[in-house]
Amino acid sequence: MLHEPAVELGKDKSIPQKTRLGVVMFLIYMVVYMGFVVIGTMFPEALGVKFIGGQNLAFLYGMGLIVLAIVMGLIYNFLCTRLEDKLNKEEQS
Amino acid sequence: MIYQISSMAIIIFIFFVLTVLGLSFFFARKTKSASGYYAAGGQIHWAVNGIAFAGDYLSAASFLGICGMIAFFGYDGFLYSIGYLAGWVVALFLVAEPLKRLGKYTFADALDAKFDSRAIKLTAAISTLVVSIFYLIPQMVGAGALVTPLLGLPHWVGVMMVGAVVILIVATAGMTSTTYVQFIKGGLLIVFSLIVVILVLNKGIKLNPSADYHKPIVLAATLAEGRVQVVADSSYQVLGQHEESGLTFVKMTKAGIDSWWKLNNISSTPELEETLTVVETGDGRTLYNGEPKEAGKFYQVGHVNKIVVNGREVEETGPLGPFKFIKTLGTSEVVRFTKKAFTFAGEKITVYFPNITAGSDIIKPGLYYKLDKGASIWSRLDFLSLMLALFLGTSALPHILIRYYTVPSQRAARKSTIVAISAIGFFYILTLFLGTGAMINGSLDLGSSNMSAPLLAKTFGITLFSIISAIAFATILGTVSGLIVASSGAVAHDLMDKYMKIKMTEKQKVKAGRIAAVGVGIVAIMLGILFEKQNVSFLVGLAFAIAASANLPAILMLLFWKRTTAKGISWAIVVGMLTSLVLILLSPTLYEIYGLPAASAPMPLKNPGIISIPLGFLTLVVVSLLTKKREASPALEK
Repeated sequence: MLHEPAVELGKDKSIPQKTRLGVVMFLIYMVVYMGFVVIGTMFPEALGVKFIGGQNLAFLYGMGLIVLAIVMGLIYNFLCTRLEDKLNKEEQS
Repeated sequence: MIYQISSMAIIIFIFFVLTVLGLSFFFARKTKSASGYYAAGGQIHWAVNGIAFAGDYLSAASFLGICGMIAFFGYDGFLYSIGYLAGWVVALFLVAEPLKRLGKYTFADALDAKFDSRAIKLTAAISTLVVSIFYLIPQMVGAGALVTPLLGLPHWVGVMMVGAVVILIVATAGMTSTTYVQFIKGGLLIVFSLIVVILVLNKGIKLNPSADYHKPIVLAATLAEGRVQVVADSSYQVLGQHEESGLTFVKMTKAGIDSWWKLNNISSTPELEETLTVVETGDGRTLYNGEPKEAGKFYQVGHVNKIVVNGREVEETGPLGPFKFIKTLGTSEVVRFTKKAFTFAGEKITVYFPNITAGSDIIKPGLYYKLDKGASIWSRLDFLSLMLALFLGTSALPHILIRYYTVPSQRAARKSTIVAISAIGFFYILTLFLGTGAMINGSLDLGSSNMSAPLLAKTFGITLFSIISAIAFATILGTVSGLIVASSGAVAHDLMDKYMKIKMTEKQKVKAGRIAAVGVGIVAIMLGILFEKQNVSFLVGLAFAIAASANLPAILMLLFWKRTTAKGISWAIVVGMLTSLVLILLSPTLYEIYGLPAASAPMPLKNPGIISIPLGFLTLVVVSLLTKKREASPALEK
């Protein structure tokens, strides 16, 4: 045996689904993030335009990206835990 | 730059350091196995690990660097907050769990799990070392910059102190104690930053940030043929005049003290505006506002010139909510300071003069990364390159990756990452208010942007200042510990044990790890002293770019592309690492360090990310396609 994990892991049948979920969520976030970068690079004046509550786009988009990361993280954890519980249930009975 | 040495600060400092060392020795007795040393026995609870992640990640660059950059340049500093956090998204969604499934102790183990390749062991270990050392340098520089004014000691002493304490911690206890150090530090940092932000919002925006705040003096001037002859205050005598980049500066003297002033409104009502100066005289002295450092004349700055709320001008706003604070800032005017350097009569002059900036420019990017006014295709590409490096760099930092091995399960790895993202994200939201708060409350030291956040705390009292400074110091302790553990793992475990195949017992492996820790610590100390003058954020951005170019293609492709081969990985690491390093060495910033004109640098971008990262990926794909997939050795098949 070459490399073992630091601790013993049980069998996990939900791996393919979790992986796909991770990739999808990553792509969603990447698109939103790149949107910000593209606006900054190509239409920088737009970042100064005021929107909701009198805040400019830079503030809304920037804060939004931070909040989105946290929210998506929580959603991801919820969905993954559900997948694990559902698909690994046979192991526990 | 010139601070009163606070005995309160020193007491709190020492208390902190002793607590950290105490914890370290306590856990040292529990560390017997290599598993315990490197991966803390895999038994750390996910919530603790999550905050420890945050404590590890929120290094000097985040707390001191970002706040400092926002304080001086507004939103452009906040770009780092956004980019750094987005990097965690990559880590969580793509890397965390798969990586946990693969490896044992280190990043090199993870990459090599399927291949058993000597090339991978070697290149991954070297990459870990290179990135860790580049990340260590700004921490040590930050430590020196922080400790020096606080304790009144020279820079190298501060660096040595941090180095010695950390080596002691790591060599005696390894991962367990660093996890708890980072957990405590992470928690304290967030709590006390929140306290400062609440105080900032409660104070609101005032034209006069404090009773003893010094606003630049303005004197009416009389000119003859474009040269200043006399000024309204007759105790000043005019000594000379100099033009630089279309600006005119005038040297005056009063009661034996020299000062430099900026000439405004030449054509209408000429006046001289006071500036701050750092002068290196012909006989080797350095004068701050005309006097030696000890006189403490280099006052702090940063105030609002005009406050506009809902279309009305006011003198102060009273307590504000966070959204109102930013909005009001956006419709007001702030006095920032611009730096100009020139030589006059054999002296090197650095002048900081007031520069009224519209609030609307401060709350959007553009004051540092030129996107709108004064932009070129290269400055825009630089912005793009930076955002790319930050986004991709986090998940490729070895000292972050190693922390995935300290939790007992995949689910715990995932949960701890989410705790980390929430804590870090919340902290980064706070940085916007810490930075802008520092900008308007007269707490900027123009010689050191890194001190902006602690100095802001000082405006609310010495106690808060001492606590925050001690936390900042602990910040650096924690990050440096994590980096040294990752590096010592690379040397002792990846190089000695796996690559060179030196036979060692468990006990000897731990000992090797500890000796390696001491070695890396000493190198870090030496480099921290060497790079004293460098900007902390710049060096960290460098580490991110190298990590994203060298490590990330290998990790991502290994996890998601079946045709990845061992040679593909090792070549990708080498090409990514070398490309990013060479491009940085040829960049404008390094050219300035070499003493050559920045404009002559062959590489026009300050951040190599947009070139070296795709190159890393390309190398991996091309080499993998060209080499046959190496099967693992027969011994693996069961």
